[in-house]
Amino acid sequence: MATGTEPQPRTGVHDASRAAITARHLRTDRWWLAPAATAAGLLAFVVYSTWRAFANADYYAAPYVSPFYSPCLAENCVPMKDGPNWAIFGSWWGLSPALLILIFPLGFRLTCYYYRKAYYRGFWASPPACAVAEPHKTYSGETRFPLILQNIHRYFFYAAVPVAGILTYDTVLAFRDETYAWGHMGLGTLVFLVNIVLIWAYTFSCHSCRHIVGGKLKHFSRHPVRYRLWGWVGKLNARHMQLAWASLLSVALADFYVYLVASGAFDDPRLF
Amino acid sequence: MSSYTAAFRVWRGDADGGELEDFKVEVNEGEVVLDIIHRLQATQASDLAVRWNCKAGKCGSCSAEINGRPRLLCMTRMSIFSREETITVTPLRAFPVVRDLVTDVSFNYAKAREVPAFVPPPGVAAGDYRMQQIDVERPQEFRKCIECFLCQDTCHVVRDHEENKASFAGPRFLMRIAELDMHPLDAAAGVGVDRKKTAQDEHGLGYCNITKCCTEVCPENIKITDNALIPLKERAVDRKYDPLVWLGDKIFRRTE
Amino acid sequence: MTQLERQGWDVVVVGAGGAGLRAAIEAREQGARTAVICKSLFGKAHTVMAEGGIAASMGNVNSGDNWQVHFRDTMRGGKFLNQWRMAELHAREAPDRVWELETWGALFDRTPDGKISQRNFGGHEYPRLAHVGDRTGLELIRTLQQKIVSLQQEDFREFGDYEARLKVFQECTVTRVLKDERERVAGTFCYERESGRFFVLEAPAVVLATGGIGKSFKVTSNSWEYTGDGHALALLAGAPLLNMEFVQFHPTGMVWPPSVKGILVTESVRGDGGVLRNSDGKRFMFDYIPDVFKEKYAQSEEEGDRWYEDPDNNRRPPELLPRDEVARAINSEVKAGRGSPHGGVFLDVSTRMPAETIRRRLPSMYHQFKELADVDITAEAMEVGPTCHYVMGGVAVDSDTAATRGVPGLYAAGEVAGGMHGSNRLGGNSLSDLLVFGRRAGLHAARYAIGFGEGAARPRPDAGQVDAAAAEALRPFSAEGPEPGEADGRPPENPYTLHQELQQTMNDLVGIIRREPEMEQALEKLADLRVRAHRAGVEGHRQFNPGWHLALDLRNMLLVSECVARAALERTESRGGHTREDCPAMEPEWRRVNLLCRLADVSGGLAPSDEPRRGQISLARETTEPIRPDLLGLFEKEELVKYLAEEELHS
Repeated sequence: MATGTEPQPRTGVHDASRAAITARHLRTDRWWLAPAATAAGLLAFVVYSTWRAFANADYYAAPYVSPFYSPCLAENCVPMKDGPNWAIFGSWWGLSPALLILIFPLGFRLTCYYYRKAYYRGFWASPPACAVAEPHKTYSGETRFPLILQNIHRYFFYAAVPVAGILTYDTVLAFRDETYAWGHMGLGTLVFLVNIVLIWAYTFSCHSCRHIVGGKLKHFSRHPVRYRLWGWVGKLNARHMQLAWASLLSVALADFYVYLVASGAFDDPRLF
Repeated sequence: MSSYTAAFRVWRGDADGGELEDFKVEVNEGEVVLDIIHRLQATQASDLAVRWNCKAGKCGSCSAEINGRPRLLCMTRMSIFSREETITVTPLRAFPVVRDLVTDVSFNYAKAREVPAFVPPPGVAAGDYRMQQIDVERPQEFRKCIECFLCQDTCHVVRDHEENKASFAGPRFLMRIAELDMHPLDAAAGVGVDRKKTAQDEHGLGYCNITKCCTEVCPENIKITDNALIPLKERAVDRKYDPLVWLGDKIFRRTE
Repeated sequence: MTQLERQGWDVVVVGAGGAGLRAAIEAREQGARTAVICKSLFGKAHTVMAEGGIAASMGNVNSGDNWQVHFRDTMRGGKFLNQWRMAELHAREAPDRVWELETWGALFDRTPDGKISQRNFGGHEYPRLAHVGDRTGLELIRTLQQKIVSLQQEDFREFGDYEARLKVFQECTVTRVLKDERERVAGTFCYERESGRFFVLEAPAVVLATGGIGKSFKVTSNSWEYTGDGHALALLAGAPLLNMEFVQFHPTGMVWPPSVKGILVTESVRGDGGVLRNSDGKRFMFDYIPDVFKEKYAQSEEEGDRWYEDPDNNRRPPELLPRDEVARAINSEVKAGRGSPHGGVFLDVSTRMPAETIRRRLPSMYHQFKELADVDITAEAMEVGPTCHYVMGGVAVDSDTAATRGVPGLYAAGEVAGGMHGSNRLGGNSLSDLLVFGRRAGLHAARYAIGFGEGAARPRPDAGQVDAAAAEALRPFSAEGPEPGEADGRPPENPYTLHQELQQTMNDLVGIIRREPEMEQALEKLADLRVRAHRAGVEGHRQFNPGWHLALDLRNMLLVSECVARAALERTESRGGHTREDCPAMEPEWRRVNLLCRLADVSGGLAPSDEPRRGQISLARETTEPIRPDLLGLFEKEELVKYLAEEELHS
């Protein structure tokens, strides 16, 4: 999106035609706080998820499977009874099976309209905050490769739906105990429940989803059902940012919970 | 609350240069920044140039930057500032300055002309237009726009990159395209204007990286990004990047 | 004198509000090359402040409505002083003008069957106002603006130049209408506010569409542009003004905080169920229903409340009386000591509608009070009081063509034109007035201008006039007081101070309730201000200099204020927007009388008269044309006797 990072004295707000003000911005509030917090939060998740994705260990503790490893699509997956592990990739896959599936949620979030705003501001400082001059010499936005690929967000949405479906299935499986007997709940089941609700809410609050269910229509009045759906999605969509963060946190927590139980650091308290 | 004396720094100058000038000025209960600027005009700087009109947040004339943030002078109450702080008022920094707080906003009028106008539906006489409230509500939100151009000013695409002005219409006019594309009776498609496609090809929709500053500064609280720009991007995707939609449209001759 | 830039056009429209833009669209569509010139940016005109709606008897909500009913309401509202032919044309053509806006892209609120929704408003018998929430004026301006852009796009396709046949000169001011030696309009003298540069637009036809005069009053809903420019330009060009004593004080303006005092609170608040209460909590409007309206309005709160749901079987609440009645009632309550803490009365919707409904139906009112007064109108009552809103008087025009009297080529439409609204305008009739007569002015101006062809027959501005106009515009820079030690060693006058004194004078002495001695005092004060305005001086240079602009506008405000004061002193009755404490009755004899203001000294200078009491304005009475019998036939005899003189009834 930009090539240079060195500030140019005579462009943007310092263009010769504009009011002669030396400061890059005159904001007096703590404008840097939001992008800094965003960057820190995203960075923490990236570090954590990279470690967990490559770890290839401690991702299953009956009846829980880490959402990072579900569905598990290679032969090197640990066996999970009734679990979503289908060895589609066979035996040749030697790396962590998480990498096979994480592509989809990662792509969904990477191209998400909210996350785009977050990392353009937080990491790329383009712009760092409103009316604060960005440090780039040129800017072409999402008009060129690679950022033009952001336009494929809806395909990741399509992919995110079955993935969320499988995580729902995992949550159902969590109503078993460690001997796979049905009708039980542990603390982990609650963690999974919260996570899956947030995952669905985030998925359905997606701007592409809003467009597909009804936003693309010119006449709502001719499609009353889709208009309703559009209205519901719109309500969720207004909280897309909050849902993005909440579901990011919950998915990491769900994984961490499984890690704790699987590594033996913590014993899943049974509720019944 | 009583009167007090506030410290103001107001940018004064013209295209040849200028600087922030310090003033001490009286402030009374319930006043807005525009009142203070007017007091400066009447008492200390009779030739201080400022644009204003309705003084009620309805015409969008008095756009400026207060403490570095694009705002309407008439809708910024003095009570949001502490009595101690110095309040800095500058002209919009994305447009060429004319004098003091007045900038040359002709960029916006030029962009307005580049958006193809509403195309009336053929064969429907005046008086026979029928539209449902739920269909007009979406474009109506965008028609609340008072054209203060704060979104155009804050948008980093042109604020920080003068060279992008040629190819980027800015949030206000991309929103205008969205408005027309959502107008229940607009017949642009019938005369060969594909608003979805041209939004990206001719008006620079791709430059928008949805960082939402336009929405943040909008004094009318229009959800520019969520309700206009992103839907418009999705509509452009329908046309340009979604073979399924494209194929479906071809086969079923859909216009929606 | 340096050479001025001159441009040739067919029609010059002064003002880019609803009337100006509609006139320009029409003139351009008639084939005239049209220039629009406005003091603000394009699209910022005061029309954006109109909130309630556009009155047009489309009958979408109540099919009983038609143009005759609209005509009746308009005449009643204006207390039969209206130029009846205008009221007729207005009522007949308004629906077409509204429907036409839809073909240009306007998006009005809808009825369930998809037509334009219409709302109730003061003085209108049926729901009649096409609206978009409470921002109808903005929708109107934006639609016209976008229609102009679309015409410019057509020209671009044809000529490669957007401005080939229709150009907007924004942020420019006209200081004089120029004429040729045969006293025909020949163009306008203008300056660019940005640079201070002078230029001349030569055109055989000029349409004045400059709006009103509110900035001569202290408490007003009008913006700075409303300095009576068009009124003054017409006077200076030799055209008379009509019935300038009629100034509408809108009953509900904000009264607090001081900096927003006067800003409008839309009548829709009352149309949608808001009620007025005094400090005792009483709905006092029931005590103020005048006899002429007794049968039309509810006599009890219960009936008034039922009307919102069932308008066919109940009478409307008196909060919806015409504006002059409500404004006077509020004024009386405040004077009687039953006002609100900041000198108004309470306007309450919070107890009448759920918060959600208020936010949906009155979004910009909610926003306005929240942002400007820190008042949440869904939880507490607003404080409101009368504010100078509209001038019914204006340039005297021919009803059909909008041509002014005695100055060939000069047209006027919208608020600057007089006659249409009689002594009081109904809410919603302003926007429709702009469209109906804007179009007519544009149409006839274009026809007149095109009639000259391109050749030498066109009027050319008299060179002397151009030089005089330039000298007049530059005077504030050289204004200096006499040397110290001379007769009067005062420094130049500050235009801001003069303006404040003028506003105070008009507000206090020629305001909502008028008395003879006060108006005489006002005329003396105006004469004094006129002398001082002659010495108004400004600092700095011509580039975007607001002090200079104000100094030039003062001429117009002083002229117009004198018209208002002089006409108000002359009319010894109370009617509509003119209330005389010393002459409280409405006199049928006065109904037939128009008061015409003309410039006394036609040389048109600013020179103060030797005798300040004489002033610059001369006043003449004129008997109005009798109302056409078929139009009179629309009213019941019993109603007519309240307004018309005995001999009119039997003629």
